[in-house]
Amino acid sequence: MTIIGWVQIGLVLIATLLLAKPLGLYMARVFSGERTWLSPVLSPVETGFYKLAGVRREDEQGCLSYTFSVLAFSLAGLLALFAILRLQGVLPFNPQGFGPVAPDLAFNTAVSFVTNTNWQNYAGESTLSNFSQMAGLTVQNFLSAATGIAVAMAVTRAFIRSKTSALGNFWVDMTRATLYVLLPLAIIVALAFVALGLPQNLDANFVATTLEGAQQTIATGPVASQEAIKQLGTNGGGFFNVNAAHPFENPNAFSNYLNIIAMLSISLALVYSFGQMVGNRRQGWALISVTIIMLVVGTGVVFWAETAGNPLLHGAGLDVAMGNFEGKEVRFGQSMNALYAAVTTGLSDGGVNAMHSSLTPLGGLVPMFLMQLGEVLPGGVGSGLYGMLVFAILAVFVAGLMVGRTPEFMGKKIEAREMKLAMLAILILPFVILGFTAISAVAEFGVSPILTPGPHGLSEILYAFTSAAGNNGSAFGGLTGNTPWYNTTLGIAMMLGRFAYIVPVLAIAGSLAAKPRVPASSGTFPTDRPLFVGLIIGIILIMGGLQFFPALALGPIAEHFAMLAGQSF
Amino acid sequence: MLNHIRPALVLTVTLTLLLGVAYPLAITGVSQAALPYQANGSRIERDGTVIGSTLIGQNFTGPTYFWPRPSATGPDPYNAAASSGSNYGPTDKRLVDRVAEASQQLGGQNIPADAVTTSASGLDPDITPANAQMQVARVAQARGIEAGRLEELIASMTQLPVLGIFGEPRVNVLALNLALDELAPEAR
Repeated sequence: MTIIGWVQIGLVLIATLLLAKPLGLYMARVFSGERTWLSPVLSPVETGFYKLAGVRREDEQGCLSYTFSVLAFSLAGLLALFAILRLQGVLPFNPQGFGPVAPDLAFNTAVSFVTNTNWQNYAGESTLSNFSQMAGLTVQNFLSAATGIAVAMAVTRAFIRSKTSALGNFWVDMTRATLYVLLPLAIIVALAFVALGLPQNLDANFVATTLEGAQQTIATGPVASQEAIKQLGTNGGGFFNVNAAHPFENPNAFSNYLNIIAMLSISLALVYSFGQMVGNRRQGWALISVTIIMLVVGTGVVFWAETAGNPLLHGAGLDVAMGNFEGKEVRFGQSMNALYAAVTTGLSDGGVNAMHSSLTPLGGLVPMFLMQLGEVLPGGVGSGLYGMLVFAILAVFVAGLMVGRTPEFMGKKIEAREMKLAMLAILILPFVILGFTAISAVAEFGVSPILTPGPHGLSEILYAFTSAAGNNGSAFGGLTGNTPWYNTTLGIAMMLGRFAYIVPVLAIAGSLAAKPRVPASSGTFPTDRPLFVGLIIGIILIMGGLQFFPALALGPIAEHFAMLAGQSF
Repeated sequence: MLNHIRPALVLTVTLTLLLGVAYPLAITGVSQAALPYQANGSRIERDGTVIGSTLIGQNFTGPTYFWPRPSATGPDPYNAAASSGSNYGPTDKRLVDRVAEASQQLGGQNIPADAVTTSASGLDPDITPANAQMQVARVAQARGIEAGRLEELIASMTQLPVLGIFGEPRVNVLALNLALDELAPEAR
């Protein structure tokens, strides 16, 4: 580890935190239905969309109706994307002349983008036409993120409102998230990306004659426009196979900083918006500190493990000071690889700038563990906030048990019904991850796609289902995921991780909205103080740690000791 | 149910037109007008021929050029139409053997790690200054040029962190080899 490395980590995080307040306040205005400085331009567009769609913005929905709208919209997106991928051979903007995407891969990819996972079983530059990248993937990068924000806003309103069933209007929330938040930011970031070197064209590949006289075919395309929303929407599905490790997605240190800041900013700012909207900004900062503390610790462990390097290779005469360099690019450096790895998995982004599969065992354990904690640090846009609120509900419940009082959060009593729904949501993750991993680990069709045998093989499978169920999308790329078994089961894991979580969360929102808001009394456990921050970190660690520790012990931890013992597989 | 289906369909179509067609095409138009060099892939030309992209590594195997990092792309190294890392886990025997063999060929002592490990993309355009230094003796001999002049060339081509903080010290291999051709043209 180096001081300059930590200085860079610190500066990137500070830049993001400085954005949290203005962006958070702006989004609070957007979702309270207030006018913003973009309204003169966007308001007519917005109204036009509602007219065409038959949406009346003053019609608020209850939790059941809101849920149906989320599901209907996601299903429409799924079908549209599946159709585009299957039909790309006859659609325009296909200069490379790619044929249709295979059915199982098209299913996996469609689910992957609609659920904001963006798991890549496809190799972008050799499978997808420019039309599929733009009208297919880029669109769902926006819409899946906007859907997440909408759900988070419905949950937020449940805390603000009292004795009502109305949670807002999904169509309005989703449209406003797209028009007022995601699109303007995407335009700014996309143009900044082009200035930093990302390509943005509609050409096919171009051919270069190298200095040694060989022909090199170089893939380009509309990269910057997709990269911008890929990060802002915490999607993470890259234009290229190797994602943000590709020099065209991430050409230098500054594009790398922008990548990290772009993916962190909205999720962190939404937590601030929550504080603002419930009338307690300290609450926003308390939840933000939970995130930052855990991200810094996670980054530190990866940074340390990767700098310590791989003793199996040091024997060959390598300069030990450079650390583990397999699967990394020269231009980023160990500290920015470490921060990227922690942030992309603490968020449900899933883009990578180094190959996670080639990280040291402990360096690879951290991203896996951060995902298993429930994708709340700060999690995907929207999904991170509602995930964090579920943990907050659990934390006040535990605190309530300790002191023997009825737990309350933000003036809402947390009772048996909310606890049951919260646990239902939380238990989806271990059920899906451990269940599918166990089946895959004992079946030929699950084991044969493994690249590195031994404990790393189990890690490859465990990482895949963790990433899918957490809607993250990063991978231990050694596993050949493009098989019928993995395309199908990872697709199911992604859907359960998204919708089997959203449904109980919206039910909690419905239940909380119906309750009266009770004023804080001397017996109320304050949830905006360091004590609560510590408690919620404990809850998150215990849920993640206890449920997944046995599996982690067999995978990365076993591999760590094998590596120290000089064993390879 | 119908009151959910109409907005779902209409908004999917209209937002696809806005986000999937208008947005990327507008960004493309502005980029092509204002930043055509970057927007078209940072191409480098020599004598009217495109010889590569400054951002994309290319393969060098002859002794007269500085070599890039090993690449894991298939079927050939530095295939810029199919980016890929090796994805070998840290305890993979193939990784351990490959690194041991590669560093043996380079002398087996104090080898810069980037010289014997594959990059994440398989297209890394850069090497570390230490890696470039290590290759000076070979290139100097093959080109019949003093080692000292190559050292100076590497120093002048090394990109240092901005303000000493932002970025990593690195040498772009294609740019270095282009400058090398200028400095000491090979007998062709």
